[in-house]
Amino acid sequence: MKNFLLELLNNEALVYVLMALVPLIWVIPFALFGVWWERKISAHMQDRLGPMLTGGWHGWSQTIADAVKLLQKEDLVPAAADKKLFVLAPYIVFAGSYAAYAAIPFSAAFVGAEINLGLFYVISISSLVVVGLILAGWASNSKWSLFGAMRSAAQIVSYEVPVALSILAVVMVVGTFDLQEINQLQTGPVWHWLVFQKFPFLFLACVIYFLASLAEVNRTPFDLPESESELVAGYHTEYSGMRFALMYLAEYANMFAVSAIVVTLFFGGWNSPFGEFLSGPWWGLFWFLGKGLAVIFVQIWLRWTLPRLRVDQLTYIGWKVLIPFSFAIILGVGAWVLAAGQ
Amino acid sequence: MDATLTEVEKGRRPTTIPGLGRALRTEEMVISMGPQHPSTHGVLRLDIVVDGEIVADVIPRIGYLHRCFEKHCEHMANYQQVIPYVDRLDYVAAMSNEFGYVVAMEKMLKIQVPERVEYIRVIMAEFSRIVSHLIAIGTYGLDIGAWTPFLYCMRDREHVLDIFEETCGARLLYNYMWIGGLSHDVKPTFKDKVLEFCKYFRPNIKELNDLLSYNKIFIDRTASVGVLPGDVAVNFGVSGPVLRGSGVQWDIRKNDPYSIYNRFDFDIPFGKGEKGKVGDCWDRYMVRVHEMEQSVNIIEQAAKQLPEGDVQSAIPKRISPNASGPRRVRYTCAPRPRRASWGTTSYPTGEVDR
Amino acid sequence: MIAQELYDLLKTTFSDGILEAKLDGVIDPWVSVAPDRILDVARFLRDDERTQFDLLTLLSGVDMTKGTLAAVYHLYSMKRNHKIVLKTFVPETHPHVQSVASIWRTADWQEREAFDMYGMIFDGHPDLRRILMPDDWDGHPLRKDYQVPEFYNGMKVPY
Repeated sequence: MKNFLLELLNNEALVYVLMALVPLIWVIPFALFGVWWERKISAHMQDRLGPMLTGGWHGWSQTIADAVKLLQKEDLVPAAADKKLFVLAPYIVFAGSYAAYAAIPFSAAFVGAEINLGLFYVISISSLVVVGLILAGWASNSKWSLFGAMRSAAQIVSYEVPVALSILAVVMVVGTFDLQEINQLQTGPVWHWLVFQKFPFLFLACVIYFLASLAEVNRTPFDLPESESELVAGYHTEYSGMRFALMYLAEYANMFAVSAIVVTLFFGGWNSPFGEFLSGPWWGLFWFLGKGLAVIFVQIWLRWTLPRLRVDQLTYIGWKVLIPFSFAIILGVGAWVLAAGQ
Repeated sequence: MDATLTEVEKGRRPTTIPGLGRALRTEEMVISMGPQHPSTHGVLRLDIVVDGEIVADVIPRIGYLHRCFEKHCEHMANYQQVIPYVDRLDYVAAMSNEFGYVVAMEKMLKIQVPERVEYIRVIMAEFSRIVSHLIAIGTYGLDIGAWTPFLYCMRDREHVLDIFEETCGARLLYNYMWIGGLSHDVKPTFKDKVLEFCKYFRPNIKELNDLLSYNKIFIDRTASVGVLPGDVAVNFGVSGPVLRGSGVQWDIRKNDPYSIYNRFDFDIPFGKGEKGKVGDCWDRYMVRVHEMEQSVNIIEQAAKQLPEGDVQSAIPKRISPNASGPRRVRYTCAPRPRRASWGTTSYPTGEVDR
Repeated sequence: MIAQELYDLLKTTFSDGILEAKLDGVIDPWVSVAPDRILDVARFLRDDERTQFDLLTLLSGVDMTKGTLAAVYHLYSMKRNHKIVLKTFVPETHPHVQSVASIWRTADWQEREAFDMYGMIFDGHPDLRRILMPDDWDGHPLRKDYQVPEFYNGMKVPY
């Protein structure tokens, strides 16, 4: 895609800007759709209808209306807040989650930046989000926000470790950090997908990664940083209007980013589940987004089913359950790879 | 946010920074939780002293919902007019409030109410208990982060409110039980609707158990947390499901029966420490769930035995609290308490004395 | 144990502390106790093998008018399943009653309420503050001679 654009525009700087904007075409509609979708799913799980009026068909434009409302709201900064940091924080949060999209291969023909350390890049850049969250919590000068920020720091730092370890297991099997290459290795029928390789090690790695990623994106049962019944709204208690919308956008962008990693690493990425059938760049995009949405559906499903963990239980699961299991998986996969290699 | 780990955690907290040699300055933070907070459900304010994630102390400030009902009642022209006020004492179980009040008043005025009234009152009070427990359970799950059980509970609650609405025209504040009778007789379809609800509701309790009560995370968060031993509970005058959750088999409907509760066959659920210690949060929660089952039993029995009759025959035309004194057409509560009465009834959230 | 027996027991144990009693013709038989002996009586009733009143169901203040206030204690024994009502009458000018919060913790908040609403002073209460009304409120609202103030901190009081 980059080459195509280069030929078309013949201006390298413009092409980079365009390439950087392409994921936005997906992220913003997805956040709008995602909020509506989550509301509808939760409503149907809870025996209600959810938004039904705005826009006509099943309230499809409810979130658009909400976004427009948020745009029009007064730009409020609490009097005692640290104004500069308060204003800066939502941008850092969004930048952190959006930057991850640079290395995510949406299709065989499109990946924002073809870097051979893509996976490594995604893991490290998404840690930037926590900086934004702490900034938001600190700068709000509210005790609830501070609590949320401290929790998110403890939580995300704890769960980065099992995330990295479970990814390491995959890297040991495929031998590359390049996400596009990992996708190409999984081409073919369903059983070529990594989740079915080295059974059950990578399957377990997939489960661990998925759980840890829930904690990374603050979803139930790990939604302590913004647990609305304890901390009012956690780190974004004091935010309103467009900054609040940006926080929301970042949350949904983040949700899709981790789902995209799950899909790429374990479920074949943009590969068709039917081998060569229905494959190609556009079908690839379809499969990738479809699988991503399916993972998000599971996230939403869990959110509306499970209660929330306590802080000590959260760290217990992180350090005493997920990390030892990840190490066991690494050992298992390592032994397997070693044995197969000789 | 929970206090059980205080001792352990405090023991492990480093007081000096390794390598730095000087004490790390820590201080407790005071958070004002409420009066408007998502999980105070009403206007309660708690000043919480927190040490990190650990609650070190709680200072409750409860006056925010004080609406001077006693003072209002002093200015009422007669005893009947007080009933709408007792409705509002706890608006999620208004029928039980009325029940307590009218039982006390009838005791004072020596009124024998008709059988049919007693049965309908028991059915309504038990429905009220179900409604109140559904809200208690639902919001308890909500505070722990489980949204869906709350809405399931609200869904079931709607069915009860429909029955209330059909009977007395109101969904929340009924003014239904009058001294000596009821404001309306029930509709002819009442009995069928009640039995239908009992049939509908039993599987839903099981569903709630599957979704929330026996959820691993829920048990982890509530078992062995906030343990209230039985003797402490009695000394603190705790009653109702909280007392029973502490393992004390005490239910005023059994131990000191009022109205016609001695005619029904039901059990007293009490905390057994199934998942942790006796008297923990899970026990208190589970007592409510079991109590709903028992309430359904009572309602079913009462509906099947419901006799015919007039519900307003015993309502006094004149209320004279002083039986030996001259009869007065109207009695104002204000000048001086002529005669005191109090009744104790079992109430969804505990015993109530009026 | 029926009310008569309880009264006799109390009368023999605390001859001077028990002032009067009304056991027949009332819904709840009551015994009147001197305000400076209520703590001893309460401790006896809770701890004695024959009485074992472990539950203070209700403690309320009452304005009897004519310058008298009363504290009413509804006691119940869960173990022995009997009940009694204690009353203490104090003059409005010197409304001091001994606190029973050390015997039954129920009394803690309920004594605070009686203090808040009737201005009764419970000697020996651990933390006698207003509980329902604001701390800077004037007067005790449930006294019969209470006049609702027109303004509170410059705000109009509608009722």
